[in-house]
Amino acid sequence: MTSIYPALIAALRAELPEDALLTSPESLRPYECDGLSAYRRMPGVVCLPHTVSQAQAVLRICHRLRVPVVPRGAGTGLSGGALPLTDGVLLGLARLNQILDIDVRNRCAVVQPGVRNLALSEAARPYGFYYAPDPSSQIACTIGGNVAENSGGVHCLKYGLTVHNVLGVKILTPEGELLEIGGKALDAPGYDLLAVLCGSEGLLGVVVEITVRLLPLPERAQVVLAAFDDVARAGEAVGRILSAGIIPAGMEMMDNLAIRAAEDFVHAGYPVDAAAILLVELDGENREVSEQIFQVRQMLLDLGATEVHTARDEAERLLFWKGRKNAFPAIGRMSPDYYCMDGTIPRRRLPEVLTRIAQLSEEYGLPVANVFHAGDGNLHPLILYDANRPGELARTEALGGRILELCIEVGGTITGEHGVGIEKIEQMCVQFGGPELAQFHALRAAFDPEGLLNPGKAVPTLHRCAEFGRMHVHGGQLPHPALERF
Amino acid sequence: MANLGPELQERVRAACAAGQPLRISGGGTKDFLSPACEGAVLDVSGHTGLIDYAPSELVLTARAGTPLKEIESILAQHGQMLGFEPPHFGAGATLGGTLACALSGPRRPYAGAARDFVLGMHILNGRGELLGFGGQVMKNVAGFDVSRLMVGARGTLGVILDVSLKVLPLPAEERTLRVACGQEDAIALMAGWAGKPLPVSATAWIDGALMVRLSGLSQAVEAMTQQVISEPVSGGQAFWQGLREQTLPFFALQPDESLWRISLPPGSPPLALSGRTCLDWGGAQRWLVTAQPPESVASAAHQAGGAVTRYRGSGDVPVANISPALLGLHQRIKRAFDPAGILNPGREFGVRS
Ligand SMILES: Cc1cc2nc3c(=O)[nH]c(=O)nc-3n(C[C@H](O)[C@H](O)[C@H](O)COP(=O)(O)OP(=O)(O)OC[C@H]3O[C@@H](n4cnc5c(N)ncnc54)[C@H](O)[C@@H]3O)c2cc1C
Repeated sequence: MTSIYPALIAALRAELPEDALLTSPESLRPYECDGLSAYRRMPGVVCLPHTVSQAQAVLRICHRLRVPVVPRGAGTGLSGGALPLTDGVLLGLARLNQILDIDVRNRCAVVQPGVRNLALSEAARPYGFYYAPDPSSQIACTIGGNVAENSGGVHCLKYGLTVHNVLGVKILTPEGELLEIGGKALDAPGYDLLAVLCGSEGLLGVVVEITVRLLPLPERAQVVLAAFDDVARAGEAVGRILSAGIIPAGMEMMDNLAIRAAEDFVHAGYPVDAAAILLVELDGENREVSEQIFQVRQMLLDLGATEVHTARDEAERLLFWKGRKNAFPAIGRMSPDYYCMDGTIPRRRLPEVLTRIAQLSEEYGLPVANVFHAGDGNLHPLILYDANRPGELARTEALGGRILELCIEVGGTITGEHGVGIEKIEQMCVQFGGPELAQFHALRAAFDPEGLLNPGKAVPTLHRCAEFGRMHVHGGQLPHPALERF
Repeated sequence: MANLGPELQERVRAACAAGQPLRISGGGTKDFLSPACEGAVLDVSGHTGLIDYAPSELVLTARAGTPLKEIESILAQHGQMLGFEPPHFGAGATLGGTLACALSGPRRPYAGAARDFVLGMHILNGRGELLGFGGQVMKNVAGFDVSRLMVGARGTLGVILDVSLKVLPLPAEERTLRVACGQEDAIALMAGWAGKPLPVSATAWIDGALMVRLSGLSQAVEAMTQQVISEPVSGGQAFWQGLREQTLPFFALQPDESLWRISLPPGSPPLALSGRTCLDWGGAQRWLVTAQPPESVASAAHQAGGAVTRYRGSGDVPVANISPALLGLHQRIKRAFDPAGILNPGREFGVRS
């Protein structure tokens, strides 16, 4: 970049107001990493446009000068997706933060990408609506970032992920052209471009406007907490509830280490001796919720729960959730550093996977706390480590890699909601074969022929996979052993 | 139950090498929905069978040629269903064809569309490469979501070989109510219900009455029944099936008439078009039977922020309304999957339509 840097700065300066262009080292510093702080890199330049046309101007300039662009929302991502490039522009969308329309008649909202997830639900509340996907980071993360990561939350079991709740988007192409995809109708002619844009990690376009579906606030929500002295039995309860035809709004599980950390931090009233707890939230119409609570309690007791506790009131319900939603920071208090994994597995493999994670934890000499979206089989093993101890980060990453490969081995995936980013780029070589990766690159080139948007993230080059050395078919096992290739 | 994967792959590879167009065919029940297509028939209807089904996981994996009715009956035996309630449009409807056409029935606005239930797929791209995307788990953001891209692609990006779907438990109780009212009142009523947490699973305004289906635990169904001034309907199930399969008398056409599907923001006011209208999907999907020219129907829909598809009738069909910039992207995506252009030529978006 050094050679074109002056030309780039001059061009950007001509298009952007002064406060939208950061170049000094101290102003760039806050952008050197996202939520995955183990990876840091100083950006070449940071642009913080106030308007879509300013964002468009940035892209046009970068396209003309062939400078790569990394989009960024709030920077809460956990896979290094917004990690900047030294020779690139970091394009922050956080200032595009207007809610443009809350359309009660059509049950949807139109927002700019920098609107915070929780801010949208708060704005919709007076109308009796909310935005369903609720990542634990919802106070901070942006809707644009949610689209780019196809984020989930504790309520996704019943109400779907971001992809299920987005009706339309406007994106800027790497050339700076504005494309409108979908709208307020439930479908639009042509290929399902929304499906590929959700979760595209900023590689296929810069999202500058989003139309999302709003849902009516439930009449009542109630949570049941169950304690188990055996993790496998808690896992079994999850399958039992779902196959009985009850889809809870959320169904979350925590293991003993996570329970103790959370209890220590927020005093949620969790049973600290339990091997696992399950939080089952039921919502909807009042009488329906009562009936479901009755059924769920019965099932939990039949399956040997040592304790089943229905939140006494709204305050206690929120307290139960506070423990869960603060599980990451709670674990952060126990250990100098922690590393969050995000594999997803078929639910029925849960007991076996937990046993093997415990074995791996022992093998690597690093404690692992487990928090998961049990209803969807999405695991968040948290590896506790100390980056100041030489070699410990490397050992942590190696353990993390083993856990992800375990998820693939049982028919699951390396990431349920946090994305590949830079962090899991090598595990992508294990999850997918060369032809799939080549297809991803071809699809990407249809959107971004020069590869200027967020290069180096999400999809590894075949070359990189060859260097990594662990290919797709490893140990004689294909990634989905349950599925025949033919 | 047969696995034709290797043969199908061989056919696509050879066709790619020879530049020979292929017309992918399943049960042949949905040809009326897509533009004509020239090519040697690639018959996937023999590629059948359930590969995996674990009811407690709420996940089913089947080969694309498996008849829809077979899948539905296996699910029903375990108290489960396809949440998107797809129309069949004929006895031979297959899973693959239903997804290639992105077809969803009356439950769609309340439970989700066909694409929403897709978890993973194996496909053959236009080079005959066997590719797997997604998987059998509920959440998966590794790589671009190519499986969902296949839904509604009309077979122009790949041959769907097998699919993993999320399935849903059957509701404990279903009941259909009827409220006599005009179209505008129906739109307002549906919007009002959608604004509350009610156990509504289908709504349709047809022949001067709003039909509403309630699904859920009996307490919730009973509570809503008491709130709505309505008459109970016997044979509710047959009604929703007739709506889904377009066998109700409403769908019978005179020789000069066409049946149009109009996809709109659900709260849109009635369109000023002559003919008869049925509102489905809480107002988001509207059926119009009219003799008006295609251009008038299309332009009324576009003005209201929606789009049209002609389902039945004769004569020329308007091209899908895709902006020129988006059209270029569509063409590049097509080439990324099928560089030789051999899969279902003529059915690509916007090329002809
Ligand atoms: C404590 C904590 C808890 C979390 N809990 C959850 C959880 O429960 N569920 C969950 O899914 N995630 C969770 N996350 C992860 C993270 O919050 C989500 O991935 C979130 O969607 C990121 O949003 P962001 O605005 O911070 O995006 P960023 O981190 O800024 O960016 C994320 C990615 O999106 C791209 N991007 C951002 N904005 C745009 C745009 N407008 N157009 C195109 N690309 C863009 C970036 O390039 C990057 O690749 C958690 C994170 C933390 C720190």
